[in-house]
Amino acid sequence: MTDKVTGAQSLIRALECAGVDTIFGIPGGAILPAYDPLFDSTQIRHILVRHEQGAGHAASGYAAATGRVGVCMATSGPGATNLVTPIADAHMDSVPLVAITGQVNSAAIGSDAFQEADIRGITMPITKHSYLITDADDIPRAIAEAFYIASTGRPGPVLVDISKDALQAQTTFEYPTSIALPGYRPVTRPHSKPVREAARMIAASERPVLYVGGGVIRAEASAELLELAELTRIPVVTTLMARGAFPDSHRLHLGMPGMHGTVAAVAALQRSDLLVCLGARFDDRVTGKLDSFAPDAKVIHADIDPAEIGKNRVADVPIVGDCREVITQLVGAVQAEYDAGRGGDSGPWLATCQGWREKFPLGYERHEDSLSPQYVIERLGAIAGTDAVYVAGVGQHQMWAAHFVKYEHPRSWLNSGGLGTMGYAVPAAMGAKAALPDKTVWAIDGDGCFQMTNQELATCALNGIPIKVAVINNSSLGMVRQWQTLFYEGRYSHTDLHSARVPDFVKLAEALGCVGLRCDSAEDVDGIIAKAMEINDAPVVVDFIVNRDAMVWPMVVAGLSNDAIQIARDLKPDFEEDEL
Amino acid sequence: MTTSTLSVLVQDKPGVLARVAALFSRRGYNIESLAVGPTEHPEISRMTITVNLEDQPLEQVTKQLNKLVEVLKIVELDGSGAVERELALVKVKADAATRSHVLETVQLFRAKVVDVAVDAVTIEVTGDRGKLEAMLRVLEPFGIRELVQSGMVAINRGGRSITDRHAKPPAPISIAEAG
Repeated sequence: MTDKVTGAQSLIRALECAGVDTIFGIPGGAILPAYDPLFDSTQIRHILVRHEQGAGHAASGYAAATGRVGVCMATSGPGATNLVTPIADAHMDSVPLVAITGQVNSAAIGSDAFQEADIRGITMPITKHSYLITDADDIPRAIAEAFYIASTGRPGPVLVDISKDALQAQTTFEYPTSIALPGYRPVTRPHSKPVREAARMIAASERPVLYVGGGVIRAEASAELLELAELTRIPVVTTLMARGAFPDSHRLHLGMPGMHGTVAAVAALQRSDLLVCLGARFDDRVTGKLDSFAPDAKVIHADIDPAEIGKNRVADVPIVGDCREVITQLVGAVQAEYDAGRGGDSGPWLATCQGWREKFPLGYERHEDSLSPQYVIERLGAIAGTDAVYVAGVGQHQMWAAHFVKYEHPRSWLNSGGLGTMGYAVPAAMGAKAALPDKTVWAIDGDGCFQMTNQELATCALNGIPIKVAVINNSSLGMVRQWQTLFYEGRYSHTDLHSARVPDFVKLAEALGCVGLRCDSAEDVDGIIAKAMEINDAPVVVDFIVNRDAMVWPMVVAGLSNDAIQIARDLKPDFEEDEL
Repeated sequence: MTTSTLSVLVQDKPGVLARVAALFSRRGYNIESLAVGPTEHPEISRMTITVNLEDQPLEQVTKQLNKLVEVLKIVELDGSGAVERELALVKVKADAATRSHVLETVQLFRAKVVDVAVDAVTIEVTGDRGKLEAMLRVLEPFGIRELVQSGMVAINRGGRSITDRHAKPPAPISIAEAG
């Protein structure tokens, strides 16, 4: 099929061939030609956002909720630079994303033309790959390659920057049936030798832990993980990016590790003799002081990205491959070990871990005169249930949402883990809801985060994307305030947002075409959440006025060993009788 | 820290050099020497990069280089198994009184004079780093007016080629057409 078309028509047809059904974007001068054929597309729904950052995070939310490639579109210059934060965010969290930007006419590139920015150069360190297209004939191939690169191997963002004259030029359209990327060959199938070695180590270990990261969700490997865990009876910890990869209700689950991890998860890693790391990357927020992390453990490290293996922690057994294939093979190899009569008794170690989980559960203080933020989030999770999608911003509310909502399914928890982008929640929730209109999607946001991107509620209201937003309003930049409490003698330098007073979030929500509700007492929480759950024809914002002195616990002070975990201020867990 | 020489085969496309250089600069690593040029395959360029790094950072940066879509292959050349050459052009003060001494040095180092003026000669010298440094030390007393050096290029000894596997393009990737 070869048709005479403009570059712009070629772009839209290529996007259709790539299977795109939704684009989040804003038109502008350089991308304008593309918006004309986009107007006629029956396959692609374009959602006109209010800020390009919203388009990028919405595309990420769409991708993280579904596993499909998210697409955002912006014009040159400021339109493109506004995509930088969501592109960096997607890069850190391995989100498959294709960002399409208009560029000034090719003859003007490099001349500081109006709305010119070298977006390809700017985004080089934060994209998996990028293209600058100045010839209309190159458009279909670039789009096909971009979608292939974004969605295979370790997923990530790909930028396609197209000059305006390429969009306007006459060309022929033919979507490629094959592409040539001689330097791009991600290894998905692991070698069998390290898998067998890993199985031997698992069978021989006494205190193993499955350290599960976001790669398990990206690889759709939750069912395989469950099989491996139940076969081996090895306790599981799920990182911030992996919440939902393993059911929270499962008896083998110890919760989230890291700086704000559960005592059981942190203690299990510290005392382990074998870490089975699956699609995680020994992030500093998980390991704490690196050289004191899991000091007695050998490491099996499986990741699709060879550069992650050995980056922070030496791997005794490196396995390069897709998590689903790795875990599937590991199940077979471990079973073979057991069949051969090898395999220790994991009972005592499991009992110890479960003992920690029972002895040091997550908890929080309830106050008579103010609403506890943790209570709000706990009730929200209980009422909205495990089939809902929860999308958090960044900060205290994110940690509480990671702990106090119970996740049973992958892709039910979306957040900005690596980059820590405040403002992620509202647009990402919009993207998730646009992709999954039948799901209940709750953004759990802070009052600081919410004020960064709430303009997208107008987009939601006008486009029939009824997300629900719980603003955990403590009138401050809560996590920063917590550090000021702990490490700066309570000198609250510039963390007071006064958001209980200005803006009025209920009125703001109404102004943006949403239903606005407010709640400031514990007895009203269930009723207000139930009310919000009943509204499905408009976005809902609930302003929960909460106690501003609530803190996130447990906590490992930055730079310290995870052995220094505190369950409350200056209070360390007492492991004495459990010492191994 | 030791100096390592990486031979990097890349697709000859705009922006590749920027991507490669950025992987070093973002980590605060200084590239000691860099040479880029064509290979026997018209679509493939070869970069020779010398860096001074510990093993672990070198391994990490090599893995990151391998992730670049346009990077085809990376080979670390080991000093004794490879031939390494740099080229320098040196403009040295040389008048009637000193010219013969300068020319003697040129002969001793098997370099050659590529330009002569009344008060200077320009010398072309090729060799490994040690030879170039030695010659510059000897020329120094005459007065070096200008010096320009190429990056190092290097190739493994023996009959094998690191570009062999790239002589024919790999099988294309088939795309399942959606929508």
